Amino acid sequence: MGKKLLIHNDKVPGIATLEVYRQHGGYASVEKALKTMTPPEVLEEVKKSGLRGRGGAGFPTGMKWSFLARPEGVERYLVCNADESEPGTFKDRYLMEVIPHLLIEGMITSSYALGAKTSYIYIRGEYFYVARILEKALDEAYAAGLLGKNILGSDFSHDCYVQVGGGAYICGEETALLESLEGKRGNPRIKPPFPAIAGVWGCPTVVNNVETIATVCPIIMMGGDEYAKIGIGRSTGTKLISASGHINKPGVYEIELGLPVEEFIYSEEYCGGIINGRKLKAVVAGGSSVPILPAELILKNDKGEPRLMSYESLSEGGFATGTMLGSGGFIVYDETTSIVKNLYTFARFYHHESCGQCSPCREGTGWMEKILHRIVEGHGKPSDIDLLWDIQRKIEGNTICPLGDAAAWPVASAIRHFRAEFEEYINHPEKIKDVKHYYSVHQLAGA
Amino acid sequence: MAKVTIDGHTIEVPDGTTILQAARMLVDKNPEVDAKIAPPTMCYYSKLKTSGGYCRTCIVKVTKGSEKDPRPMPKPVASCRTNVMDGMEVVNITSPELLEARKGVVEFLLINHPLDCPICDQAGECHLQDLGYEHGLAKTRYDFSRRTFAQIDIGPYIKLHMTRCIMCFRCIKVADQITNNRFQGMLFRGDASEISTYIEKAIDNDFSGNVIDVCPVGALTDRTWRFKSRVWFTKPMDAHRNCTKCSGKVAIWMKGNEVLRVTSRKDQWGEAIDWICNDCRFEKKDAKDWVIEKPSHISRHSVISQNHYENLAQLKLDIGKQQKQIASKK
Repeated sequence: MGKKLLIHNDKVPGIATLEVYRQHGGYASVEKALKTMTPPEVLEEVKKSGLRGRGGAGFPTGMKWSFLARPEGVERYLVCNADESEPGTFKDRYLMEVIPHLLIEGMITSSYALGAKTSYIYIRGEYFYVARILEKALDEAYAAGLLGKNILGSDFSHDCYVQVGGGAYICGEETALLESLEGKRGNPRIKPPFPAIAGVWGCPTVVNNVETIATVCPIIMMGGDEYAKIGIGRSTGTKLISASGHINKPGVYEIELGLPVEEFIYSEEYCGGIINGRKLKAVVAGGSSVPILPAELILKNDKGEPRLMSYESLSEGGFATGTMLGSGGFIVYDETTSIVKNLYTFARFYHHESCGQCSPCREGTGWMEKILHRIVEGHGKPSDIDLLWDIQRKIEGNTICPLGDAAAWPVASAIRHFRAEFEEYINHPEKIKDVKHYYSVHQLAGA
Repeated sequence: MAKVTIDGHTIEVPDGTTILQAARMLVDKNPEVDAKIAPPTMCYYSKLKTSGGYCRTCIVKVTKGSEKDPRPMPKPVASCRTNVMDGMEVVNITSPELLEARKGVVEFLLINHPLDCPICDQAGECHLQDLGYEHGLAKTRYDFSRRTFAQIDIGPYIKLHMTRCIMCFRCIKVADQITNNRFQGMLFRGDASEISTYIEKAIDNDFSGNVIDVCPVGALTDRTWRFKSRVWFTKPMDAHRNCTKCSGKVAIWMKGNEVLRVTSRKDQWGEAIDWICNDCRFEKKDAKDWVIEKPSHISRHSVISQNHYENLAQLKLDIGKQQKQIASKK
């Protein structure tokens, strides 16, 4: 049984209410921080813990917090990024839905460390019912004096607001999120300036993922050094993984970083193996935008060592043979899956969600989708694979925000690892047209 | 002050200058430097705040970050929005990889462009034409249908031909920064996004005509000039009048004694020198309204410069020289 710090109480009835949550040690970190620690001490604990951003990029949270500009007389803000829109990722929804107070507790403690008088939870439009749960929890917290003026008798006052977005993937990018929060069109800003200097309303702002903020609570309770002992190397602590796809037990799992991927997929405690006893074909390890890896590369890296669920191990080998931990959206594909069809679905998503500001992403995502559509429909041309490769190469790294990269990486990795399958689609369109399922196509491809 | 090296040429510029501005300064100050080291721009406009960063044609490669931190930047950066650092080294036209990447951007800009240059009023002074000629491929690899939009009349003077738009956002910035209120904005998302006035509301403002000048392509055109003539059949002349609203310094485009259109004067980077008002631009179409100064300067690379002689005396001297050379060779 792995260590659980965030969702160990998730099965307790009524944990969404303040009363039950406090009975199980809730809001202890707020009390500890406000009564016995100064804000720099809280920040120091977070730094020591080695906590890395759980939203996808894995940037050290303590470092992000220490970059926050602190000019005199200017408000600072904490914004929680609950716009969890990466396909395959649903860990934050589970956390907010089941234990909403954990997030609010983390918001108060983190705001105390940052000296933020106001914080916002920006939640995606599709999670409207979750926003209601959070609002209810906020009301309870206000009534109990955990939010508002002079929290728990200290001189720290804090207000927290829930803001519902309109349901755009791009608003998960932090500067687009801030634009949307300000009531504007959710277009990413051109950086610099970074949010730590000029964020929401032009004031210094920290934007953190839901899970990151929630993790601050156990860090304060157990101490940064103690937290850093969990996990492996620079990947400290536990991580929520949303497992989906062809597995026996899809769901949200809290794992200790460093768990072997093979164990995660096949053990009864976690995914419980591939559905119907089929063979594993490929895995997208961290949400749709990270490179897809074939079975042999996800279980073992190119040196033959077992791959672990950690930031370093998953990215070992670069993009040639590695991937990323990303947001923890773990999608498993069995042998019946068509990678081409799957890639088309992803490409369609990125085309739909591109904001349209910068030209490579605006035009390139649509172009890739059209080519993939042609291939999937059996009208592909032999030159299409190289054309796709060329387009993704020209999008990657050449856009304002990471959406361009996110659109390019799945295409690149699918072509890199499953080129034969694309060729099969293009060279034998007659075989695709008549089959309802992709199983037979796949067998023809021999992959 | 920061010292920056672009394609091997070094210049010292004030802190806070962007790489693009530094490159332009370099070209302005040193006539021997190839003007091409200033990256091409489609969305950046020096007179509009917060413009730039969208089109990505001005990308450059930073091979050395600064004296303090000499690490190169991992990815190409938009030179119009990246500030120089002391000791920075930048490559533009000397890097084949970068030119390749720029070619990619030009291709992206062109895949949904209708390429209707033969019937487009902007042809001949279109920045996208220049860019495509300089950096584009000869043949398109895009074989799907291109996106199209209905044409919209924005008020009595301006035509919006959204199909040609490359989404540079300059017209939105003009409306935000020069006119009192903005009616047009970006609708929708991704490659379906368009510049539009919601419910086709007319742009009604004394300076709204400037959106035509800043448009790098033929998306916004002057309705009083549409289809009157090809731009290279007209003669641009610097002219002025007493105007209470603007400086009154304009370029008038004449065919014979007829004034076919009025625009602002452009500098060597194709940017307007002074914003002009709608009265000057749309209403004063009589040669008597204007005091004509001299032929406007047109760069030799432009098709408009054909049969356009800015200095007849010099031209006669040049022709005389050439004839002498030919005679001496014989």
